[in-house]
Amino acid sequence: MTAHTSSLSSGVAAVSSAARVSVEAPCGRLSLRARGDLSALEGALGLALPRKVGGRAAAGELQALCLGPDEWMLHAPLAAVSGLVEACAGVYGALPHSLVDVSGREVSFQISGPRAAELLTLGCARDIDTIAVGEGRRTLFDGSTVILWRDAADSFRMDVWNSFASHLLHLLEVGVRELAAEAL
Amino acid sequence: MLLIHCPYCSETLPEVEFTYAGEAHIVRPETPSAQSDADWEGFLFLRSNVRGPHYERWRHLHGCGRYFNAVRDTVSDKFLTTYKAGEPRPDLSTLTVTQK
Ligand SMILES: [Zn+2]
Repeated sequence: MTAHTSSLSSGVAAVSSAARVSVEAPCGRLSLRARGDLSALEGALGLALPRKVGGRAAAGELQALCLGPDEWMLHAPLAAVSGLVEACAGVYGALPHSLVDVSGREVSFQISGPRAAELLTLGCARDIDTIAVGEGRRTLFDGSTVILWRDAADSFRMDVWNSFASHLLHLLEVGVRELAAEAL
Repeated sequence: MLLIHCPYCSETLPEVEFTYAGEAHIVRPETPSAQSDADWEGFLFLRSNVRGPHYERWRHLHGCGRYFNAVRDTVSDKFLTTYKAGEPRPDLSTLTVTQK
């Protein structure tokens, strides 16, 4: 199991009438690369992998987001990681693939509230509303590559590499206050 | 800001998600040991440096991660089209509609 190196502790980081930003508790994260007939892997994971970039699927507490034509990010409870790695190793002969435990690489922020999407425009050049509810994307936020999961119209998760986390969290905290200070 | 269409994501996205990767359709020799020094010089260093429509590679680095090809006018900086890596070079005469 990868050690958790993020210096941020989980909990609410900033809240205002506009939005709320919190640091999520550590979770299991697996980076999956595979091509060809994915059925063996899908059997091992117990989940149908989404084929469209940005598409998501979930089975129980396991979530999958398609990042590219042959790349997925999987989120699961920490305790489930070793079982998933073992199950996928069992089908390696049928479908060679790459499955890497990156649980210690990233931390997730929860960003919610009536102006959550607007808050994201602070650092993201793409149109946030092209990410439909229930989808996700890898994109760029203030110079760092992040993964955005849109869980509801006004609720997002952002996966951030640890080395960028304190900078991005600070930027979001300022944004949360700024949006609330604006005269509407 | 330039907007670039990624043929893998089927989305038109801000340029900052992409990186430029040089001229496209430079084919690596199949029999490297049969190449002369001059052949290698051409493969490694000599590029067409077009004024006008240029076939070039881009990568959707902060997105799907894929390399793809594009035709971009080097004078106007407008993209005429983008297409997946490995697809044939599109005929310039068919590229009348400019991508937004
Ligand atoms: Zn893409």
